[in-house]
Amino acid sequence: MRRARGVAGARRARRLAMATLALLLGAFAVAAWAQPPVSRGPAPAASAVDVAAAGSGGAKVATGRELFETGCSSCHGFEGEGVKGQAPSLVGAGEAAADFYLRTGRMPLDQVGEEPLRGEPRYSSAQIEALVAYVGSLGPGPTIPDVDPSKGSVSEGMELFTGSCAGCHGIGGKGGVAIGGYAPPLGEATPTEVGEAVRVGPYVMPRFSERTITPEQLNSIAAYVALTQEPEDAGGFGIGHIGPVPEGLVAWLAALAALLLVARLIGERLGGGDAEDDAEEPR
Amino acid sequence: MRRRIAAAFAWLWRYAVAGLILRHSKKRTVRRERELPASTRAETWTAVLLFAAALAGLAFVAIYAFDDANTQLLGLSIAVALALLAAALILAAAHVVPQETLEEPRPPFTHVDGTKTQGGLEFSSRQPYEEAALGLREGGDGVTRRGLLGAAGVAAGVGIGAAALVPLASLGPAVGNRLAASPWKDGVRLVEENGMPVQVDDLAVGSFLTAFAEGADKEELAASLAVVRVRPEELELPADRADWAPEGILAFSKICTHAQCAVSLFRYPLFAERSPGPALVCPCHYSTFNVLDGGERIFGPAVRPLPQLPLRIEDGALVAAGPLSGPVGASWGRVREEG
Amino acid sequence: MPLTTRRVLRTVETRTGGTGALAKALRYVFPDHWTFLFGEIAMYSFLILVATGTYLALFFEPSTAHVVYHGAYAPLRGQEMTKAYASAVDLSFEVQAGLLIRQVHHWAADLFLAAITVHLLRIFFTGAFRKPRDVNYYVGLTMLVLAVVEGYVGYSLLDDLLSGMGLAIGNAVALSVPVVGGQLGVLLWGGRFPGAPDFLSRLFFVHVFVFPLLIGTLMAVHLALIARPHHTQFRGRGRTEANVVGTPMWPAYALRSLGLFAATAAILFALGGLVQINPIWQWGPYEPYLGTNGAQPDWYLGWLIGALRLMPHFDVVIGDYTLIPNPFWGGVLFPGAVFGFLYLWPTIERRWLGDRRPHNLLDRPRDNPTRTAIGAAVFTFVATVFFAGAADRAFVQFGVPYEEQLWGYRVLAILLPVAVFFAARGICRRLREGGAHPARDSGARLVERPRSVNRISGRS
Repeated sequence: MRRARGVAGARRARRLAMATLALLLGAFAVAAWAQPPVSRGPAPAASAVDVAAAGSGGAKVATGRELFETGCSSCHGFEGEGVKGQAPSLVGAGEAAADFYLRTGRMPLDQVGEEPLRGEPRYSSAQIEALVAYVGSLGPGPTIPDVDPSKGSVSEGMELFTGSCAGCHGIGGKGGVAIGGYAPPLGEATPTEVGEAVRVGPYVMPRFSERTITPEQLNSIAAYVALTQEPEDAGGFGIGHIGPVPEGLVAWLAALAALLLVARLIGERLGGGDAEDDAEEPR
Repeated sequence: MRRRIAAAFAWLWRYAVAGLILRHSKKRTVRRERELPASTRAETWTAVLLFAAALAGLAFVAIYAFDDANTQLLGLSIAVALALLAAALILAAAHVVPQETLEEPRPPFTHVDGTKTQGGLEFSSRQPYEEAALGLREGGDGVTRRGLLGAAGVAAGVGIGAAALVPLASLGPAVGNRLAASPWKDGVRLVEENGMPVQVDDLAVGSFLTAFAEGADKEELAASLAVVRVRPEELELPADRADWAPEGILAFSKICTHAQCAVSLFRYPLFAERSPGPALVCPCHYSTFNVLDGGERIFGPAVRPLPQLPLRIEDGALVAAGPLSGPVGASWGRVREEG
Repeated sequence: MPLTTRRVLRTVETRTGGTGALAKALRYVFPDHWTFLFGEIAMYSFLILVATGTYLALFFEPSTAHVVYHGAYAPLRGQEMTKAYASAVDLSFEVQAGLLIRQVHHWAADLFLAAITVHLLRIFFTGAFRKPRDVNYYVGLTMLVLAVVEGYVGYSLLDDLLSGMGLAIGNAVALSVPVVGGQLGVLLWGGRFPGAPDFLSRLFFVHVFVFPLLIGTLMAVHLALIARPHHTQFRGRGRTEANVVGTPMWPAYALRSLGLFAATAAILFALGGLVQINPIWQWGPYEPYLGTNGAQPDWYLGWLIGALRLMPHFDVVIGDYTLIPNPFWGGVLFPGAVFGFLYLWPTIERRWLGDRRPHNLLDRPRDNPTRTAIGAAVFTFVATVFFAGAADRAFVQFGVPYEEQLWGYRVLAILLPVAVFFAARGICRRLREGGAHPARDSGARLVERPRSVNRISGRS
């Protein structure tokens, strides 16, 4: 009788241990790969405006103006002059700003006053070009920078990034808190987006002129950002590249958990004493 | 043949003697259960695992010798070898060697009141305890002036102990003015990390950079600054600092007054009406300092404001117009004292 | 085979007279329960730390002298850094198996502390710290304190961006000690932060020699103080306050323990080769004027970063003398209170229960509901503060606003321990009345009896 119960109990305990381990590893996996904050807007707008035949120059600006009136003017005003307390003036914002916000899906905002977050772009590439041309026509501002990481030095980029960018974005480009804002991870940032953000200073990000960060230095920074997107993981699985938090999780949920299972395996051995029977000592 | 019989007899004799001794010994185990697994399958498997572990270990040697710094393969091979060894040992422990449950008595400890307990039976046995106490006391027979000697002993201990500990002071300098030292005073130029002077035109509104005192060691805590630029009309500096920020350029110590991390986040809104205002934030515990009012703390565990450096512009370059407004770095006892 | 064994034993006996002790050691009885193996996991981790650490110490250069890197890892080339950092990068990229040993060493440190923690929990909740083992309990607690400091010092040697920021905070915490803080900070660092030029080499000596010697000595004392009164055991059939029932050291227990050692080593080497830890080449070198967002200490200091972030912003100032700077609360008072509680608990419990008898039988957690409840509450308090330390990463992963999290954690840190106290006490009382134990030993054995069994049962 006891032998049968022992075998069934052993199987039960083993299953319980396996289930717990699977649960913990699952939770760990979820935590490690959960998505950071993104904008949750509707699907890209199928605008009634036909952009295919837009052509270049003035026609683009005109198309852009039409798109702007339908999608942007309610907050930014019909001439892009801004609405006090709602949205800034886009006069002088420049093509770089429009291109950055539209391509990364940060604009249009769902709610006035929300922090703009990366998401699916709401407009097609051609529509974005048109809007960018229009905003650029409103007044002189930073143009879309020409960023070429291959012309930069990763080493110089790392030094510059550490000094100017890592404070918010983290040395590995994994993002972080910026009290009053969110410094996003740079995993999806293209070199152009990097350059645009540096020149524009979106939301609460500081902005850097061509004198503070020259175009050559910008190439280097973009090269470093590209490295953080595919870092050198000589040590094995990178577990998120954010340092001791996932490391501690692995130490507890993988290493210690496995050793606790080993201990459980060897701790009770066959023929060992039973604990449930009558105790001989008064408590 | 004779040798074999002799060996068998010797073995039997040894077993008999051991049995007799065990039987008559009071100090040995009182009860035991013993099972011999006698599982040749387990033995075979143990041997197989051990041989496999040997192979894995050799694989490690081979990888080390022939593969260039492949951490993953090296780790995997030795880990497999050790895991196989572990499996072999545990298998042997459970299924190859005799499984025993023994019961043995604990060594008796004497209690403070002189009783000894063993198995619930109390028997008065003050012996070892009293012997030790008596032995210690007897060492003082015939010694008359115990008080004097005791006091002299304590004095010697204190004196020599102090002498032993005092050289620790050589490990570090006295506090003195060390924690208050700063290279900043009127006329010291601001330079960037590469040593070039910080030009006013380098900084756009909303920009920030790290600057240092010219000629100072960059690692010196007070030498590094966070220089930011805001629009002059945004400034809300107190009256006695009205001219500290020419053209909206502000300079603060880069070292957080909470726990000395570098204040390396600068927050500057693109659209001030719907975003938090310009501030310097420390990434360690997120102490936040408002730059517009001279570095007052607006969030986080820091207590003292971020020290501000008065600036003036000479030939388009930034120069200090005086010392920092307060001590740099974390707080300690005399940090708030004047002078 | 008996002939060689006897020959060896004869040699030992004639030179040392020690075969009697050996015979006793061979028959030393270890009670069987898997939770009694936690301390061994810690000990084996320590041995692996010493072995891998010895190897690393032969390559590492604890020098603050600055050099320009020209080694194998391209993104660092041309950057100025300390020789300490450069030697660690070289060790990772240019020494065969160097990165493996480095990572095993760091994983072993994390595991060492995790094992000590579960071991401490087991000791506490089963009352194993009671007389005559209270002194040994203090020895163990001291080893825990030393291990935490040793780990912190160890990863700070490398002078990378993350650990350098950690040293700045450590200096601030030292300065925050009332009255003597200024002298303490200056003494330990040889001046103001970042310290005298020989700071790293002094830290190296402390990490490589002083602390391992202290921990090793205390470990030997710890084992001796266990062996003398023999291990504690759970209650059960045939188990009394005056005996120990279990497996003898030789052969089964020794093999099992060695198996656990091999398993620990296997897991550490697997992690060391396959899962990256502390990739210092990705962090870059440290300078006091540099910082990165998301910097965290190793897990066993997470409770301190949580405390430093949660504590509201106030110093205690008398006139113009700053008696208690802010980092003191989270960096000194909080860990001091927790360890103070742990050190004082045996005395508190003795006074409160009026129980001065020695105990060799363990309680199950339910057998002392108040102890279990208080222990669970204190653990919950520490754990809440611990998780608060990672609130910024939780914000990035899950989007919960950071400022709100702080307030949430402050409230939880006070309310949750109270709730856990009452819940734990209630559960223990109910279990005692019910009698059924949820998971333990309803015949649960993971090793099945083999088919052919040769029984020899004897009474002497």
